[in-house]
Amino acid sequence: MSGNDHHDEQRDNGVPAPRADTGEVIGVRKGMFGANNGGDTSGYGGLVRTVTLPGATSRPYGGWFDEVADELEGALEEQDLLPANAIEKTVVDRGELTFHIAREHLVRVAQTLRDDPALRFELCTGVSGVHFLGDKGRELHAVYHLRSLTHGRLIRLEVSAPDSDPHIPSLVAVYPTNDWHERETYDFFGLVFDGHPALTRIMMPDDWQGFPQRKDYPLGGIAVEYKGAQIPAPDQRRSYS
Amino acid sequence: MSTPHATPRATTEGTVYTVTGGDWDEVVESAVKSDDERIIVNMGPQHPSTHGVLRLILEIDGETVTEARCGIGYLHTGIEKNLEFRNWTQGTTFVTRMDYLTPFFNEAAYCLGVEKLLGIEDQIPDRASVLRVLLMELNRISSHLVCIATGGMELGATTIMIYGFRDRELVLDLFELITGLRMNHAFIRPGGLAQDLPPGAIDQLREFVKTMKKNLPEYDKLATGNPIFKARMQDVGYLDLTGCMALGVTGPMLRSAGLPHDLRKTDPYCGYENYEFDVPTADSCDAYGRFLVRLEEMRQSLRIVEQCIDRLAPGPVMVADKKIAWPAQLALGPDGLGNSLDHIKKIMGTSMEALIHHFKLVTEGFRVPAGQAYTAVESPKGELGVHVVSDGGTRPYRVHFRDPSFTNLQAMAAMCEGGQVADVIVAVASIDPVMGGVDR
Amino acid sequence: MGLEEKLPSGFVLTTVEQAAGWVRKSSVFPATFGLACCAIEMMTTGAGRYDLARFGMEVFRGSPRQADLMIVAGRVSQKMAPVLRQVYDQMPNPKWVISMGVCASSGGMFNNYAIVQGVDHIVPVDIYLPGCPPRPEMLMDAILKLHQKIQGSKLGVNAEEAAREAEDAALKALPLIEMKGLLR
Repeated sequence: MSGNDHHDEQRDNGVPAPRADTGEVIGVRKGMFGANNGGDTSGYGGLVRTVTLPGATSRPYGGWFDEVADELEGALEEQDLLPANAIEKTVVDRGELTFHIAREHLVRVAQTLRDDPALRFELCTGVSGVHFLGDKGRELHAVYHLRSLTHGRLIRLEVSAPDSDPHIPSLVAVYPTNDWHERETYDFFGLVFDGHPALTRIMMPDDWQGFPQRKDYPLGGIAVEYKGAQIPAPDQRRSYS
Repeated sequence: MSTPHATPRATTEGTVYTVTGGDWDEVVESAVKSDDERIIVNMGPQHPSTHGVLRLILEIDGETVTEARCGIGYLHTGIEKNLEFRNWTQGTTFVTRMDYLTPFFNEAAYCLGVEKLLGIEDQIPDRASVLRVLLMELNRISSHLVCIATGGMELGATTIMIYGFRDRELVLDLFELITGLRMNHAFIRPGGLAQDLPPGAIDQLREFVKTMKKNLPEYDKLATGNPIFKARMQDVGYLDLTGCMALGVTGPMLRSAGLPHDLRKTDPYCGYENYEFDVPTADSCDAYGRFLVRLEEMRQSLRIVEQCIDRLAPGPVMVADKKIAWPAQLALGPDGLGNSLDHIKKIMGTSMEALIHHFKLVTEGFRVPAGQAYTAVESPKGELGVHVVSDGGTRPYRVHFRDPSFTNLQAMAAMCEGGQVADVIVAVASIDPVMGGVDR
Repeated sequence: MGLEEKLPSGFVLTTVEQAAGWVRKSSVFPATFGLACCAIEMMTTGAGRYDLARFGMEVFRGSPRQADLMIVAGRVSQKMAPVLRQVYDQMPNPKWVISMGVCASSGGMFNNYAIVQGVDHIVPVDIYLPGCPPRPEMLMDAILKLHQKIQGSKLGVNAEEAAREAEDAALKALPLIEMKGLLR
């Protein structure tokens, strides 16, 4: 049920397809082979491509996605919260439904998703941080996957924050299971979850400097010497990505 | 320091106190006066009765645990970061080492995620899916065996440990036959499997099922009705359904609270909807219930293994797409397992294009379209979720594992506080946390 | 330690050395230092099929004060390193260390910010055991080699002499990068 199918359907009706949000630009790829050190002798050195994540999808989303979106929007309206303010965009990609939520409304949205009888996303499978260096102004993303055991559904919430102000409200009050998950994301990405009962490092030693899984933090490997040869650490080698 | 029971005496080397026995009444009196009877006890990070390097910080009032906290991170390996510097296929080598008791589940969850990103879920050959299920179910048996074995050992019941490891060896023999390794296999790859079954594997699998059917009841005889075992396990580590849901606990712990939630049934992957098996539950919410659930799950896994053997039809074990599938078959050479000599002869001797293709795919890897995916499998510990993000390159942009051990271990405080110190061990053992998975 | 340290070098000392070595190697008490995957293989080695009891080693001690062998089984993280050193310091002399698996020996495939690149940065290692994880047979082989080493260990003045020789050899040893080998 990807978004493209619906565009095709609409085109068949003779209606021009709505211009979709092209999605966040997360990086620029240069050259042919993705090698970023050493000369490019392929002749494709001038090739420049931007990398974008899948963009916003327009309705209908397909399957039960519309039902969940309708219910969520309805429930938010009942609470005098304009859905357009809380839900920045909705992405349907690879059979998964993602709501991009404005961070100031995250707790309210999560509470609604958990408590509304038609939604009932009882189980949160924690938070995963992603650091998009190229997504200027919203580098840090926190991704939550919510599972509904009642209805057998899985959705994703995505919240972003800039590197300069890495604050996101904590979901521990709604989903206590996020306690350690948020500490882990703080430990690795420096995302500060406001309202977390005890946001301390969990994996790294307490006196560790920096947040190791951010993209601007080096892998930290050392070169390996072996009988006359030196093999650089994985992040120092010539790579093709 | 100078009390009637510690008289000082000056010597050439300084003052020496001779300590003599105190009056019991005085000891009791002073203990009552200092109303702070609580002791903070550190268990671990290296302790014989913990699962790996787990640190438990217990506040104890007499024999009662008033507060319990976990210190984790002593095995943090940075696997998620390391993955970002290797190509997608190499990733399986890393993820298999996360929760080292359930390597096939880690690999399967990761590969399902990569396949979802590639959009090739429908192209995975049937034989590959059946073999994945087969390996995962064998792995479930070996993981539960270790849980029961080490759990028994922590109770002081070393017999259970000897039995558990005896049967685990049988599973590992199969793994070794099929993948070449006892642990850390990296056998499930994006697109299928590294290799097909070796000759004779089916016979050995059947033999194993027969042996296990004989051996599994021994655990019943040894432990299920054993009064000491029951006394130690029953009503210990209590966590009811509400607690489980709030803390995001899944797997045998959730099922011991009575909810038959199993991703293999509710959100099937790898064709689990085609197999017949039951999801065992218990309603006691305690360590004993979890033991019974695990025991029954092993029986159900054996059922699935039997069905897998029957369903195995000849066919490929890797997707047909040559842009993704590993170009060579593996073969055993004089220097160990590697690309087959026929393939090397072909690319070195006859086909320049095949050589280029091999070189590109092996050094550079395949590209995965930008986007993100979440896939989850029911590991022996609970919901093992993988969040994979691609930026369109040959390497993962970010891979996050939602490990069930990590989430379930949070429940330790809720299960132990108010109980006895000795029960902490039982409660933690019934969570079955594996620190490799918790810390990654 | 005891009287044997004060013996003059010669026939008596070598006889005592042999007796002490035989006694020591016949009942080595390993401390449980299971960290990761290798720990499971270490437990397997202690269990039925491989049966470490054949070598007088089945008693894994929980307390380092009762142990004289530390099998570092698994990857050592930066957070675990001080703990590991403390456990080593708590073990009474004489003590030995087996670095089990590539992660403990050299950091292995985890060449990153979190893992100590070889436990020999923290404690002296007697036996390096490769493998990921090493099979139980390999662990037993390492243990038997360690037994040989323990059997041949020196006491008193001989021990001082052996330590001096080892120091000299280490000072003269060629750095890895200057060695000629596979790649140069």
